[in-house]
Amino acid sequence: MEEDLVVFKMIQVQNLTKVFNNEIRAVDGINFNIKKGEIFGFLGPNGAGKTTTINMLCTLMKPTGGKATVCGYDIIKQPKKVRECIGIVFQDTTLDDQLTAKENLELHGRLYGVQKSKMKRRIEEVLELVELKDRADSIVKVFSSGMKRRLEMARGLIHYPKVLFLDEPTLGLDPQTRKHVWDYIVKLKKEHEITIFLTTHYMEEADELCDRVAIIDHGKIIAMDTPKRLKGGLGGDTIILDIPDEDVEKAKKIFKKSKIFDSQVLLSVKNAGREIKKVLEKAKKNKIEVIEANIRKPILNDVFLNLTGREIREEGVGLKEELKRRRRMRGH
Amino acid sequence: MHELKAIYTVWLREMIRYFRAKERIISSLAMPLFWLLVFGSGIRAPIFGGEIDYTSFIAPGVIVMSIMFTSMHSGISVIWDRELGFMKEMLVAPISRISIVIGKSLGSATTALMQGCIILFLIFGIQNLSSEYFSGVKVNLFTFMIALPLMLLIALGIVGIGIGIASILDTLEGFGMIFNFLIMPMFFLSGALFPINNLPNWLRVLTYADPVTYGVEMLRFLMTGFSSIDFVLSFTVISLFTITMLLIGTYLFNKRG
Repeated sequence: MEEDLVVFKMIQVQNLTKVFNNEIRAVDGINFNIKKGEIFGFLGPNGAGKTTTINMLCTLMKPTGGKATVCGYDIIKQPKKVRECIGIVFQDTTLDDQLTAKENLELHGRLYGVQKSKMKRRIEEVLELVELKDRADSIVKVFSSGMKRRLEMARGLIHYPKVLFLDEPTLGLDPQTRKHVWDYIVKLKKEHEITIFLTTHYMEEADELCDRVAIIDHGKIIAMDTPKRLKGGLGGDTIILDIPDEDVEKAKKIFKKSKIFDSQVLLSVKNAGREIKKVLEKAKKNKIEVIEANIRKPILNDVFLNLTGREIREEGVGLKEELKRRRRMRGH
Repeated sequence: MHELKAIYTVWLREMIRYFRAKERIISSLAMPLFWLLVFGSGIRAPIFGGEIDYTSFIAPGVIVMSIMFTSMHSGISVIWDRELGFMKEMLVAPISRISIVIGKSLGSATTALMQGCIILFLIFGIQNLSSEYFSGVKVNLFTFMIALPLMLLIALGIVGIGIGIASILDTLEGFGMIFNFLIMPMFFLSGALFPINNLPNWLRVLTYADPVTYGVEMLRFLMTGFSSIDFVLSFTVISLFTITMLLIGTYLFNKRG
């Protein structure tokens, strides 16, 4: 409790749980706090429970168990208060594409009770922020997906939210646009002191943007720290050896400290450049063929791989598909 | 106060969308005009013992048809909003769900009302051009002023059905079926196109069970002075029908997660 007085926590989550159909634990007792002005990332494969968590925090979905506050308001008891102080950009577009950019922003401002006298200036401000000012009167239908995403970010900001939720903010965008969106996110934090909660399954996105990252898998948080410390926890660089399948058993015996997935041997070392020679010699001596050797500086993907034994990009099934699959299995 | 503003905002969006979709306005006027002019001229039978001509007889029925079809758009737009995502934008805003339903209902009802008015004006206009058409329709400010709330009442009832059904259904395809198996029969059974005092028994039962019948009769009495059902009875039935449908529609919309 004492800590609360020092740093105000914009989001507090205790033991939050969501169970679908009495059997699928989409979110399974998660705990975390987000400080004011922090960019906090939820990193995990599809179906890990990221969107379900956002839906609960935005009061779109009632949790099965646990509790949470956003901006100090209880998500179950004070949903309206929560909604007033947050902005959300959903994974799929929620713009009215028959209206112009400006009309979309106006409607949003009205729904959130932005005063008429302030509206015009505010719309200009947010459009400027995402560099869409010259497209204010274009119908949204003609916008590219990157422009739509930017417009949605602008819209989410109209009512001066304290917390902005971004669900996969760069999903499906080309690399250049993605970089653009990242710049806006950083700008929001720096210039507007907005607290940002984002979900992503892009490692580099979490790495680049987030002050802290929680890695979520099967509804549980399996690690939470700064990207730097998460990577540091791996113990330095990684040497990756691609070997033929028949040598895998042999490699398991020789490189005892390594992790072996499929036919890849992963060795955590302090300085890969210096130690790779030793490793290759050891392989040669024990007649393990090395098809290819690579050195990798730690990235968040290794953290995920290390914790779960899976690559994050091996996308799991989404929740909807999982529910459908189970329904089919039960025969209705 | 904020909820009133929210209702206005949701309604405003429906208006902007309506006026932007010019094709929709034009195409939705085509059908009623075909009925009035082609069907009306083709049949030409005198009705009520020769008191009024057929075009005058079906005029209120065709107005009701136009109102029904436009009002059902409420349901289509709810499904559209859900599929295109804008529903989420409204659901997550700090406004109550009731405001969303009321705003959308009033929006659709307003467009239906405008549609009804356009046809009413067309009827008045054609009557001016040729005395052969709509000679039995009373044209005056009084008729028009009373017709407005009556048309709105019918529109809101159908809007309630549309929103209720859209809250149960998942896709637009299902909605097409509702049109063919609910809305079309409701229209054809309503006595919009034929007098209902000399019907075979099986048809009479269905016709009297159809709430639209009372809407048509109510409007017909106002516009021509003739009807098979007492005006007060028609008005009462339609009022009850509309209140019930709006309550059911709102309930179903609220219930859906």
